[in-house]
Amino acid sequence: MPNTTRIIRVLIGKPGLDGHDRGAKTVASVLRDHGMEVIYSGLHKTPSEIAEAAAQEDVDVVGLSILSGAHMSLFPRVRDELASRGKEDVLLVGGGIIPAEDMAELENDGFAKLFGPGTNTDDIAEWIKTEMKKRFEAEGEDA
Amino acid sequence: MIVAEKKAPIAERLMNGDRNAVARLITWAENGDGRFPKALAQFYPQVGKARRLGVTGPPGAGKSTLVNELVGHLRTQDRSVGVLAVDPSSPFTGGALLGDRIRMESRTSDPKVFIRSMASRSSHGGLARATIDACDVMDAFGFDDVLVETVGVGQAEYDVVSAADTVVVVLCPGAGDSIQAMKSGLLEVADVLVVNKDDMPGAQRLAADLGEAIHIRLAGRGKWITPVVMCSAGRGTGIEDVAKAIEEHRSFLGEMGLKQARNTKRVGQVRMVASEWVDQAVWSPEPRWNGTTCAAHVQQELSAGSTPYDIARNLRDAIMAGKLQDQPELREQA
Ligand SMILES: Nc1nc2c(ncn2[C@@H]2O[C@H](COP(=O)(O)OP(=O)(O)O)[C@@H](O)[C@H]2O)c(=O)[nH]1
Ligand SMILES: [Mg+2]
Repeated sequence: MPNTTRIIRVLIGKPGLDGHDRGAKTVASVLRDHGMEVIYSGLHKTPSEIAEAAAQEDVDVVGLSILSGAHMSLFPRVRDELASRGKEDVLLVGGGIIPAEDMAELENDGFAKLFGPGTNTDDIAEWIKTEMKKRFEAEGEDA
Repeated sequence: MIVAEKKAPIAERLMNGDRNAVARLITWAENGDGRFPKALAQFYPQVGKARRLGVTGPPGAGKSTLVNELVGHLRTQDRSVGVLAVDPSSPFTGGALLGDRIRMESRTSDPKVFIRSMASRSSHGGLARATIDACDVMDAFGFDDVLVETVGVGQAEYDVVSAADTVVVVLCPGAGDSIQAMKSGLLEVADVLVVNKDDMPGAQRLAADLGEAIHIRLAGRGKWITPVVMCSAGRGTGIEDVAKAIEEHRSFLGEMGLKQARNTKRVGQVRMVASEWVDQAVWSPEPRWNGTTCAAHVQQELSAGSTPYDIARNLRDAIMAGKLQDQPELREQA
């Protein structure tokens, strides 16, 4: 029987070269405070390292944070690396300094949701919880 | 219409080298998912080849850093390694920040290494069960070595690491925690004691104190005398000495000793799981005892003036005599 009260597991990944992870760490601890189990990748990870960690950790959610402006090249690469590991089902979200039109494009392209810089972190947590609740409920026996 | 391709059973995928099967089975073990025991039944014949190492000690002693170094050492011998890194869950929110992986990140792209972070979650028995299950998964997958890191703060963690063949306790100078560890029984579970951060003042002194404490406790022939080894995981020095001490403990146990020790631990595991299941079944919200739930029955008895001990004795006798009602979900679980 699928268990709908499952604990949500999240990987917060920082792809690319920017060296600022205060935002990523803040989101990680807010998600923790909302009852999730959160793994933080550390700085300067390649898309392949992030996807591999997500696969080993069997996370439900991958959250990417980027401030360098390289999101349009790096985010889709993480998505592809996840897919190549059979992990295309993870809930993929992103945040950082991202223009609205890029957000829209990514949301049409495998990303469930992009959060802009001003987003309230509790709202991010609530959004993830709502989304995962639906997924856990829909989950069948197939693994 | 596209018909979804049916995947092979997960146990089969595990034994055929599918790393996602490792990851998913560990998730099932953590969640107490009913599918886990069924899968285990299929891969259990493959369990028993991996060497299991437990690493524990107070927070900040350098366990994750040392585990990372030990993985590096094993990789130079071309051994494949599975790592389970357990961090505490918040007792208030149930959430957790799992930070061990970050110290081992350089291993993520090594295809012969697999790192899994686990949160301790709430129940004491649950953690020990899940980590033993996760070790079994990694073992059946074919990892040569399985390393389990837990914070050594209480009984739950001792139970976890004592499922390993060899237990390494990591301490470091300058932390009051290390003194506390000496008092609190952490030494008792150690097969190898590591004084990490020997680049810091006080390491020599701590090692000497520990050596003394051990010799007082462990005088006697034919027994394993826990060695005290100094290293600096941060600088990567002394790692070979730690690895050598672990090897020596294994040789000391020998094939027979290892087998015996493992069998004893399996008995403990069965006892733990069975107790958990009996407890769940007996205290379930279904009518169990004289047409009512156990909890309600106990309340009736209390109102009738029975003492807690009398009621408990009756309950035990009723369980032993098979007098509680049929428990369908128990049969299903098995
Ligand atoms: N000076 C020094 N610091 C170390 C050494 N090993 C680890 N550390 C540091 O100790 C801190 C805790 O290390 P970590 O491996 O996370 O400890 P754990 O909580 O026991 O897993 C980190 O800041 C490490 O960089 C060492 O040999 N020397
Ligand atoms: Mg650690």
